[in-house]
Amino acid sequence: MFVVLRIRRDLVDAIVEHARRDHPDEACGVIAGPDDGTDRPERFIPMLNAARSPTFYEFDSGDLLKLYREMDANDEIPVVIYHSHTATEAYPSRTDVKLAQEPFAHYVLVSTRDPEEYEFRSYRIVDGAVTEEPVEVVESYMFANTGSDDVPDAR
Amino acid sequence: MAVTVSIPTILRTHTGGEKSVEASGKTVLEVIDDIEARHSGLKDRLVKDDKLHRFVNVYVNDEDVRFAGGLDAEVSDGDTVTILPAVAGGSR
Repeated sequence: MFVVLRIRRDLVDAIVEHARRDHPDEACGVIAGPDDGTDRPERFIPMLNAARSPTFYEFDSGDLLKLYREMDANDEIPVVIYHSHTATEAYPSRTDVKLAQEPFAHYVLVSTRDPEEYEFRSYRIVDGAVTEEPVEVVESYMFANTGSDDVPDAR
Repeated sequence: MAVTVSIPTILRTHTGGEKSVEASGKTVLEVIDDIEARHSGLKDRLVKDDKLHRFVNVYVNDEDVRFAGGLDAEVSDGDTVTILPAVAGGSR
């Protein structure tokens, strides 16, 4: 299990933009990535909040089926599942914890309660237990982490 | 009546890691009971008080059974039944 979320800056920006756009309603979506153990979020998929609510979010059931079929066909998994809190901190609520059903996903929460500053935090939610993890924002996945430091990288 | 049932990640502990299983039945409930007979524990995660859990979605082919009779929704030979947990939450 990875204990850090490594994510490209443009994907962070896309999530925050989506959250700002739907404010004061909660925004939600997924970043899919290859199902190959790399834990790499790549494909940004904003979803409609079928609840259209400032205190609740839910993917539309038809959209959900389409999303999972598409990911299945592409050999992808939901690496990140994100949603916004528009009046409270970016920490999973009791409802978030109770309804979290993807044990391998990074649950990202963005708070848009402050119009200038946003909070962007990531969690694992497994069997009702919440574990916050650091978020490492990178410009590209390609050049970060090229190997252990005592082995020179190939040139 | 043989149908293919697609199992979500969180429930694969009940199917020995299998992503999909074969089952039989004429309704969604019969299909769930048939799987339960071989993979005990699954039904509890899907059904509560004889109804589908509010935050579990079940589809017969492309149709959400909530709009087609719920657990009594009919299935036919060759259908695909897909189980997907809702992706939902809220700040309260």
